[in-house]
Amino acid sequence: MSVTGPRLQPTLFERSRPGRGGGKIPHPPAGALDRIPADARRTSPPALPEMNEPDVVRHYVNLSQLNFAVDTGFYPLGSCTMKFNPKLNEWAARLPGFANLHPLAPDAIAQGTLQLLFELEEALAAISGMRAVTLQPAAGAQGELTGILMIRAYHRDRGDTARTDILVPDSSHGTNPATASMAGFRTITIPSAPDGGVDVEAFKAALGPQTAAVMITNPSTLGLFEARIGELLDAVHAAGALAYMDGANLNAIMGRFKPGEAGFDVMHFNVHKTFSTPHGGGGPGAGPVGVGEALIPYLPSPRVLQVEDGSFRLERDGERPSSIGRLRSFVGNTGVLVRAYAYIRAHGASGLCEVSDDAVLAANYLRQRLSEAYDIPYDRHCKHEFVASAATIKRETGVRTLDIAKRLIDFGYHPPTIYFPLIVEEGMLIEPTETESIETLDAFADTLIAIAAEAHTDPEMVTSAPHTAPVRRLDEATAARQPNLRWRSVPTFEMPCPD
Amino acid sequence: MPYGPHTASDRERMLAALGLTSVDELFDDIPSAMRASPLDLPPPQPELELAARLDALSRRNRTDLASFLGAGVYRHWSPPAVDQLLLRGEWYTAYTPYQPEVSQGTLQSIYEYESLLAELVDLDVVSASHYDGAAATAEAALMTCRATRRERVLISRGVHPHYRGTVATYFEGGLELQEIPLVADGDAAGTTDLAALERLLADRDRPVAGVIAAQPDFLGLLEPMPRIAELAHAAGALFVAVVEPVSLAVLAPPGAYGADIAAGEGQPLGIAPQYGGPYLGILASTDALVRQIPGRLVGMTTDLDGQRAFVMTMRAREQDIRRDKAASNICTNQALLALAASIYLATIGPHGLRDVAALGASRAADLERALAAAGAPRLHPGPYLNEFAVRVPDAPAVHARLLDRGVLAGLVLADAEPADLSLRDGLLVCATEVTTAAEIDRFAAALATELASVGSGAR
Repeated sequence: MSVTGPRLQPTLFERSRPGRGGGKIPHPPAGALDRIPADARRTSPPALPEMNEPDVVRHYVNLSQLNFAVDTGFYPLGSCTMKFNPKLNEWAARLPGFANLHPLAPDAIAQGTLQLLFELEEALAAISGMRAVTLQPAAGAQGELTGILMIRAYHRDRGDTARTDILVPDSSHGTNPATASMAGFRTITIPSAPDGGVDVEAFKAALGPQTAAVMITNPSTLGLFEARIGELLDAVHAAGALAYMDGANLNAIMGRFKPGEAGFDVMHFNVHKTFSTPHGGGGPGAGPVGVGEALIPYLPSPRVLQVEDGSFRLERDGERPSSIGRLRSFVGNTGVLVRAYAYIRAHGASGLCEVSDDAVLAANYLRQRLSEAYDIPYDRHCKHEFVASAATIKRETGVRTLDIAKRLIDFGYHPPTIYFPLIVEEGMLIEPTETESIETLDAFADTLIAIAAEAHTDPEMVTSAPHTAPVRRLDEATAARQPNLRWRSVPTFEMPCPD
Repeated sequence: MPYGPHTASDRERMLAALGLTSVDELFDDIPSAMRASPLDLPPPQPELELAARLDALSRRNRTDLASFLGAGVYRHWSPPAVDQLLLRGEWYTAYTPYQPEVSQGTLQSIYEYESLLAELVDLDVVSASHYDGAAATAEAALMTCRATRRERVLISRGVHPHYRGTVATYFEGGLELQEIPLVADGDAAGTTDLAALERLLADRDRPVAGVIAAQPDFLGLLEPMPRIAELAHAAGALFVAVVEPVSLAVLAPPGAYGADIAAGEGQPLGIAPQYGGPYLGILASTDALVRQIPGRLVGMTTDLDGQRAFVMTMRAREQDIRRDKAASNICTNQALLALAASIYLATIGPHGLRDVAALGASRAADLERALAAAGAPRLHPGPYLNEFAVRVPDAPAVHARLLDRGVLAGLVLADAEPADLSLRDGLLVCATEVTTAAEIDRFAAALATELASVGSGAR
């Protein structure tokens, strides 16, 4: 094993040299730690790297250049809404008044942030048609847990304790069934209908006095709007269950469909999808949750409240006994929420409608262009994303969707989401978003069509891709079988104590 | 739309290719009865005006006070290199590294994060991050139940009240959480009551999966962690240590006293307070628990040419693979904050981190002396690192009046722990390396003035 690639980097630990670094923090006075009992003290120092700042900076700049990112190119990763991340938002979140505010600061000195959070809740309620919103959940999955725990509390307060099941379609995000399990429910998986939509008859057959809730993604993970959603929601409510909407695909429907108006009882927002907060290489996000009237009493604490004089305050712990409690420390991922607020304000009502319209238009255009070379399993207009399939290509050439995805890398594109949803053979879920130009969409379509042709003329070129990335395909089997999850260095340096 | 590229003719071209005349036709599948009412939001704001609005809102917060508030979130010097590197788009506009060939930067940085934190906590497995210290603690509690197939967890009242509340919420699905009281008085006042812990562990009909305690505890006091670990293990339970990472430069790490799992808040590692987040949930475990730890893990491997490379691994624990059988529902995590913590640790170095911890301890000792002289002695006698509680008569009112004098006098403990009457007159205060002697003087002088006026009945 070697670090031979021209761009690969040694680890921090290999760069470390005893004696490098320093100059950041004043030395403490001698004896600063004498009052700490010996048995509570650390006996051998942690073997952290010793580096000077220039080396640290080069390390991280060089590493960053091994990444593909929205700022470097087209990132049509379905289900993830990789839209442009506005730079104003990064500036705003770093304003000293926002960045340096302690989360336990008294309300009197936190009025700016509290007002921003209050207005953001109102905006999300307006967009979703929900009655109230909590900003506390740190991510979409935590929003799901919040919603399902509120549903549990709702049934319990009605003495309705026999509801043990949550119904989830087989096309759902994995977080839905995982959330149901975390909240102590049993997941019942419902197969999708042939048209890609929810199988309403199968749902109705599974609904009963044991059903606590259904979790629906609308538009679905196939990028299709659930045309029979009204019928489904009626059946859910007739059975005494509640309806959760996974809002991951909200980018398709702003100004067109409000889940709260349609009859959903609770939903989460992924602000790192719809509202442009950056994905950060995996996080952070924020997963606010909107609720209808029935679930307002159960919202997590603390809520942001407006007082009669127009000022704002945080609810005190325990102030609202019906609350499900808290899902995390403090009020939420406020720094992320500042960015989402800026995005919503920059767009206003007309801008957000245009976002969804353009996202849907771009997806349909790309879908149309690709239909000459790829299978398009569901023959109807899509919303903000669509599934294409390489099933025919695989049958004719042996080239798989995975290979096509890797070949895209050679042409400077991030691959789409592949093999999700699980119900489409050789599927690729493509989401262009509204911030990509028609030139980009055309160039991407030309490339995918060319790769489809290449699969017939030179399949080896596709199956051995990528050829231009910093590394080739990885040995994932060994990584899982013999996990190496940390650097192990032998501490060889002395640690002089300043005191 | 401020960031969109499409001109009217672009849209016409796309519609024409689809054989449509209006984008409305793409929404025909929404039943007419279900179409949205008009969106009731303010009009779009041009960037210049929006920037002014955001700046004005930020200025309505006051962050210019002499602050002694910690209670789980601490002010530290973060070298500007940290934030400047975070602002590279290649880091913050990338997604989860599902395509390792074009994500080696993120993947190596996570591997390095796992390695750095493993050194700090002295445990072998570190997950790629959780939402915050509270959520990481809740995941740790759930881990103990999965690993032992038991359903009861004991958590010390010395653990941050928000963390206890979060674990309780996560346990709503049917697990049992019980609190271990703190010692009421004497030398060990404010730390976990070991006799009570032994009694709770002795109930053999309800075996305990895990015991959770914090070092330092919420009141800043040092806990007898080795003894708590022994008691937990003797009852067949796992031990979860909730730790503050900067303190681990000088305090014994969880691995040294037998903790099976470490959880904690990574915010002190160079991350701004930001009124609650985004922060960094630290979660680490022994090798024995590697199949139980939730969240992403990155491992070292090779590519087809034998080059060293990094990849997400052991994914059979995760929700997108295992669905309802997954170890957790976590998907989005706090990767960018893990990167911030790594850059902070690399920049500040091992000696720097020790200086941060020791200088904070030194400033805190100065603060203790100054406040005692002003009439506010410590509430507990035991050792602390850089945070402690002081006794102040009528603490909420004094705290409010000190705010008017430009001093944020820590946390009113009666607000945080209303059920604990022993804390009724308490303020929880902390100092770090950024606390100055002038700030300490200002606090002590203002407090002395307030206490004199309380004593004289002037107020």
